[in-house]
Amino acid sequence: MKFSMLWRTRLIGVLFIVLLLVLWEVVAVAKLLPAMSFPRMSLILETLWGLIASGELFAELKPSMIRMFAGYLAGSALGVLVGLMMGNFRFFYNLLEPITEFLRPIPSPAYIPIVILFLGIDDEMKVFMIAFASFFPVLLNTYSGVRSVDPVQLQTARTFGVSGGQLLWQVVLPASAPYIFTGLRVSLAVGLIVMVISEMVAASNGIGYFILGAQRSFKIREMFAGVITLAVVGYALNRVFLYVESRVLAWHYGYTEQQRH
Amino acid sequence: MAESGDPFLRIRGVHKSYPAPGGRTDALNGVDLDIARGDFLSIVGPSGCGKSTLLQIVAGLVPATKGTVHLEGRPVTEPPAEMIYVFQQYTRSLFPWKSVRANVAFGLKNRESISRDAVDTRTEEIIALVGLAGFENHFPWQLSGGMQQRVAIARALACRPAVLLMDEPFSAVDALTRVGLQELLLGLWRELGLTVIFVTHDSDEAIYLSTRVVALSRAPGTIGLDFAIDLPGKRDQIATRALPAYLDYRARILQQLFAAEGLSAREAA
Repeated sequence: MKFSMLWRTRLIGVLFIVLLLVLWEVVAVAKLLPAMSFPRMSLILETLWGLIASGELFAELKPSMIRMFAGYLAGSALGVLVGLMMGNFRFFYNLLEPITEFLRPIPSPAYIPIVILFLGIDDEMKVFMIAFASFFPVLLNTYSGVRSVDPVQLQTARTFGVSGGQLLWQVVLPASAPYIFTGLRVSLAVGLIVMVISEMVAASNGIGYFILGAQRSFKIREMFAGVITLAVVGYALNRVFLYVESRVLAWHYGYTEQQRH
Repeated sequence: MAESGDPFLRIRGVHKSYPAPGGRTDALNGVDLDIARGDFLSIVGPSGCGKSTLLQIVAGLVPATKGTVHLEGRPVTEPPAEMIYVFQQYTRSLFPWKSVRANVAFGLKNRESISRDAVDTRTEEIIALVGLAGFENHFPWQLSGGMQQRVAIARALACRPAVLLMDEPFSAVDALTRVGLQELLLGLWRELGLTVIFVTHDSDEAIYLSTRVVALSRAPGTIGLDFAIDLPGKRDQIATRALPAYLDYRARILQQLFAAEGLSAREAA
C-alpha cells in the first residue's frame, strides 16, 4: 500500500495511537514526568500481559461484567416498558413525567451513599446503581419514539382492527426501535461509568476496585493496565452494540435511504 | 333521495368541522349518499373539499361531527372488519420493518382466528394476484412506488373485505404505473365482487374506473354532482377514453370542478 493511500483509511488513526504510545515511551524514558507516576508504556504493557496471563485481570473483570450486564439489561428493559406506558397512556405520562424530570438531573453517583444504606456494599448495590442509571436514557428515548410513531401507521393498524397489545408489539415497538437504540447506546456508556464508580466507592473485587487499589498501593503500572483494560472493554462493547444495532435496524437504514430520494 | 329498506352503505347528514382560530372550520356540510353493493364509486372534488375526510368518516377512522354512516344497517363508529382503508401515502402506510409477506399478512394474522398455514397460503395467493410473486421476502422500501401500492392493495385484500376505501391511491406514481394499477384494481373489483369507494382529484381516472361518480363542491363539501357512469363495452385505456359518452361525462365533471374552483366565472369575465 502506498503511503498516500493511508490517508484515506482508518489505519491512519491506528498509526496515530501507536505514535502517541511511542511518544509516551519517550517522555517516560527521558523522565520529563515523574517516573513514579508515569511509567514507561512498554512496562505497562508488560504488566498488562502478565495480569492477563496470570488470570488476575479476568478474575477482576468477570464480576464487573456480570454486574454491568445484570444492571444494564434490567434498567433498559424497565426503561422500554415504562417508556411504552408513558408514550401510550396519558395517565402514566401525567403520573410519571414530573418525578422523572425531578430525579433525572441528579448525577447517579450521588445516590450511592443512599443505596448503600439499604442494599449494602455488595453486588445488589452496584447492579441497582447501574440499572438505575441505565433506566433514564432508555425511558426518555422510548417515550420520544412512541410519540413520534407515524400517525399513518397507527391509522393503518386501526383499519385492520389491530389494537391493544398487538398494536404495541407489532407497530409501536418496532417503529420506536431507532429511538430505543439511541437510548440503549447512551445507557451503555452511562452503565460503564457507574459500574466503575460504584466499584471504586465500595467493593472487594471488580475492575474499578482493582484500579483504585493499585493506585493506593503504589502499583502504578497495574493502575494504568486497568485503565487500558477498560478502554478495550468499552471499545469492544460498543462494537458489539453497533453490530447488533445494524442487524436489528437494517430496515431503518434502508427505509431512510429510500425516503431521501 | 328515495330508498327502499337499508342500502348496503348509507351516509346521512354527515357534517365535519374542526376547531380553528376564531371558531370552527367546516369541512363537510351535510353529505347524503347511498351506495349499493358492488358499486365502484369515485368521489372527485377540488383539493381541500373534504373528500378524504368523508372517506375517513365512512371508514370509521374519524368521527363525524354530525350525521351517521351505516354499513348493512349497522352504525359505523369503529373501523368495521368488512371495510379496509388504503392510504394515499403507501411509503408511510406499509411497515418498513416487515417484509412484503409480513406486511400482506398483517391484517390477516390479527383479524381472524385462522391457522398459520392458512395465513401463509392466502398471503402467497394474494401476492401472486397483484403480480408480486417472487418479491415476498423483499422489504417495501426495496420496491418501486407502484409495487409498494400493490403491496398495500394486497394487504387490504388479504382480509377479504367487502368494501375497499381508497384515498387517492395512485396519485403518487407516474402515469404509466398508474395505468397498470388502474387495470389491476378494475380486474380485482370485477373478480372479487368488491365495493370500492375511490377518492381522486383526477376526473378522468374517476370516469374510467367507476360505475358512479360523485363530485363534491368546494369546502365545506356537499354533493354537487352525482351520476351513474354507463360506458359500453369492456373498459379499455385508449378506446373507452375516446367514447363520446366518456367525453360528455368528462365535460360535466370538469364544469362542476371548475365552478367549484371559481374558474368558469373568471373565464366568463
